[in-house]
Amino acid sequence: MADTDIIRLGGAEKHFGAANVDIVRLDGAEKHFGAVRALGGVDFHVQPGECVGLVGHNGAGKSTLMHMVAGTLTPDSGRIGVHGAAEDNYSVSRAQQLGIRCVFQELSLCPNLSVAENTRINHAALTGLGWRRRAAALIAAKLDEIFPDHGISASDIVGDLSIGRRQMVEVARAFTVTRDRLDLVILDEPTSSLDAHTAGQLLAFVRRFVAAGGSCILISHVLGEVLRNADRIVVMRDGKVVASDAAGAFDRDRLVAVMGGAEAHRKTKVQASAKPGASPLRVRARPAGQTDGKDLVACAGEIIGLAGLAGHGQTDLLLQIFAGATRAKAGIEVTAPVALVAGDRQSDGIFPQWSISENIGIRSLARLRNGLLISPRREAELADFWQKKIGIRTPDMNNNIFSLSGGNQQKALFARALGSDAGIVLMDDPMRGVDIGTKLEVYDLVREEASRGRTFLWYTTETEELDNCDHIYVFKNGRIAANLTRDELTEEKIIQSSFGDAA
Amino acid sequence: MRPEMTAAPIDNSFRGSAARNAAARARLLRGLLPALSLALVLLAIAWLNPRAISYFGFNLMLNLAIPIALATIAQMFVIAGNELDLSIGTFVGFVGCVTATWLKDAPLIGVLILLGSIGVYALLGALIHLRNLPSIVVTLGMSFVWQGLAILVLPKPGGKAPDWLLAIMSFKPPLVPFPIIAALLIGLVVHFGLMRTSYGTILRGSGGNPAALRRAGWSLLKTKVVLFALTGLFGVLSGMALIGITTSADANIGNGYTLLSIAGVILGGGEFVGGRVSPIGAVIGALTLALAASPLLTFMHIPPDWQVAANGAILIIVLAARVLISRKER
Repeated sequence: MADTDIIRLGGAEKHFGAANVDIVRLDGAEKHFGAVRALGGVDFHVQPGECVGLVGHNGAGKSTLMHMVAGTLTPDSGRIGVHGAAEDNYSVSRAQQLGIRCVFQELSLCPNLSVAENTRINHAALTGLGWRRRAAALIAAKLDEIFPDHGISASDIVGDLSIGRRQMVEVARAFTVTRDRLDLVILDEPTSSLDAHTAGQLLAFVRRFVAAGGSCILISHVLGEVLRNADRIVVMRDGKVVASDAAGAFDRDRLVAVMGGAEAHRKTKVQASAKPGASPLRVRARPAGQTDGKDLVACAGEIIGLAGLAGHGQTDLLLQIFAGATRAKAGIEVTAPVALVAGDRQSDGIFPQWSISENIGIRSLARLRNGLLISPRREAELADFWQKKIGIRTPDMNNNIFSLSGGNQQKALFARALGSDAGIVLMDDPMRGVDIGTKLEVYDLVREEASRGRTFLWYTTETEELDNCDHIYVFKNGRIAANLTRDELTEEKIIQSSFGDAA
Repeated sequence: MRPEMTAAPIDNSFRGSAARNAAARARLLRGLLPALSLALVLLAIAWLNPRAISYFGFNLMLNLAIPIALATIAQMFVIAGNELDLSIGTFVGFVGCVTATWLKDAPLIGVLILLGSIGVYALLGALIHLRNLPSIVVTLGMSFVWQGLAILVLPKPGGKAPDWLLAIMSFKPPLVPFPIIAALLIGLVVHFGLMRTSYGTILRGSGGNPAALRRAGWSLLKTKVVLFALTGLFGVLSGMALIGITTSADANIGNGYTLLSIAGVILGGGEFVGGRVSPIGAVIGALTLALAASPLLTFMHIPPDWQVAANGAILIIVLAARVLISRKER
């Protein structure tokens, strides 16, 4: 390992001449959280003008590795070098000075502050007279550059913005420059809350940034995004780097194979689903703005997809149906108990102070009761059943829900819905930021449960997921714009309905 | 339901701007609510007793509003950092006792004691952050400490305010009563410091999303220490202003301020968590409480025995109105 030796010399020592100095380099980085090994000796580096794609299952150690690059975590052992110089006291502020920024998966904006004020938080240089004006100009210019027609004002309070717009602000903020240099931006699932249009704008900007000599690390579970935009792809599994190669050397199947676990995605041409009308009606719902009498209809055992651009009324309708199950609402007919799997699990899904078991049992309290009290035994039985069935990776279901990785937290939320008495399960884009292995497991589970008579209403921003649906409703401006069966489903049709004139 | 689940699509369609305009309108309404409730209380007083609306009347009705406003601002700083100070009332009492004794008899020692007590507040902030303790527990304990110290300093009601302090608090400017000028000044100075300066943004951000601040390289220990020290500072100012008005002290003089200050912050549009506070709203909230506390009830011929309970009822009504408006926002 010649490179390692050079790093060890420290100082301003270079690798192979100035042009080729790595922006950041980790050698043998290890990290343990209690008994869990998050990273086991990882070597990782990024060169100038390079977009590195980083893929792997949830819990493979990608986020931990990125926290180290960004300076928010220090490795238990191993070395970090930046711009060819060893960093002994590496920290967030040091990383900022050295031109390394990170857009974290969980949004890092203060909801009580304006867009401009949030920009100031990342720039120690924005002080003194007129800092508000300068911060506003800075972020507005960058938003214009990355997302033309973004429709965000620098004075908007972040809490008022939709989750997609927040992500746009967060990404744009990472690319703003004041006093410190900017060499490397880490994008952890940057498109998870963006629709196809804005995601395209962002990825095009990333390519421009890299072409101009900047570097990016792109983490995404949308493998196509990584394959199309990265120059080099690094694959992680179980806290280790298992492959690192030029992007051209990978295709989808090889990536999935290297990531390990679930086999490549197989399209389900199987079981002709129950004929509409053959089974009892479960949901009939009409969006509030619908004027042409189109209804969303779901029968027992059906998987219904809600498609279209993000935020065009899909979530609203799901919430109306959810409310309609307990209270009569005009235009909504619901004939079975309902459970909701939230999309924004941090704010709408999990109870952060509770254990995994308690988080699963909360939807089924009536069944878990023993007299007036909750029976811990029944709660544990329910939790253990679903741990085995859905594969929640934890040594103890009594651990806090936050001890799980993001994908496993989402599995717990599925277990909460599927373990309940609900005949109708509403899913509000629940696969956001979930790794492909978990996704495939959940798809199988959804189909299995549907064949037993459960009804699923599934809002998703990923077109591939719609292959699992029997029937797809495309939304535009809060209304149902098109109504497709699975056989009619093509990406073009969805895009046509999402962007075309209201049909 | 969280607002973002129902609001604003990502594309720049009419629905996006409409949803955000609605949110902005609701925020404006909520921002106006403190002023509206103050106007309502004033109207009621004017209707019950028109003579009270005069230079002299305001001086009389609002003379206790300055210390309440200062204590409310003190409470607002800890609330901005998602904490709560249950000791501010007895702290104000302690400061009052020191002001009426040491500060008059041995000014240097008095000043040192008061500066030291601000230092204690800063240390409490550090302790709460470093040991990850609930501020409610720590400040509840401290409230007994301050009470005990106050009794040590001044076992029996008495003492006397320093002359310079009496002179300041009895200042009579032309046209506008002093309490109103003082309230405006307090509100504007704190508004500038917390809402407009760049470090004020960091302080509020530490309540909005501490993790984000840490990731951006800011010290949460420092923000917490600064917020608690500011609470101590404004608690000291409140105690001194109170003694400047009452001229002598009593160890129990500030006990009611704990709940008054919390109610003032909430009435003024602040929220317990999330770094959402408003200094000007907090001052207006304090004025409203000061007016509703006794002048209004006296004019309504409510016997003193019932005034405390009636006070609570007014609080419930105003805070309920605030909740209703916030809910409309969702």
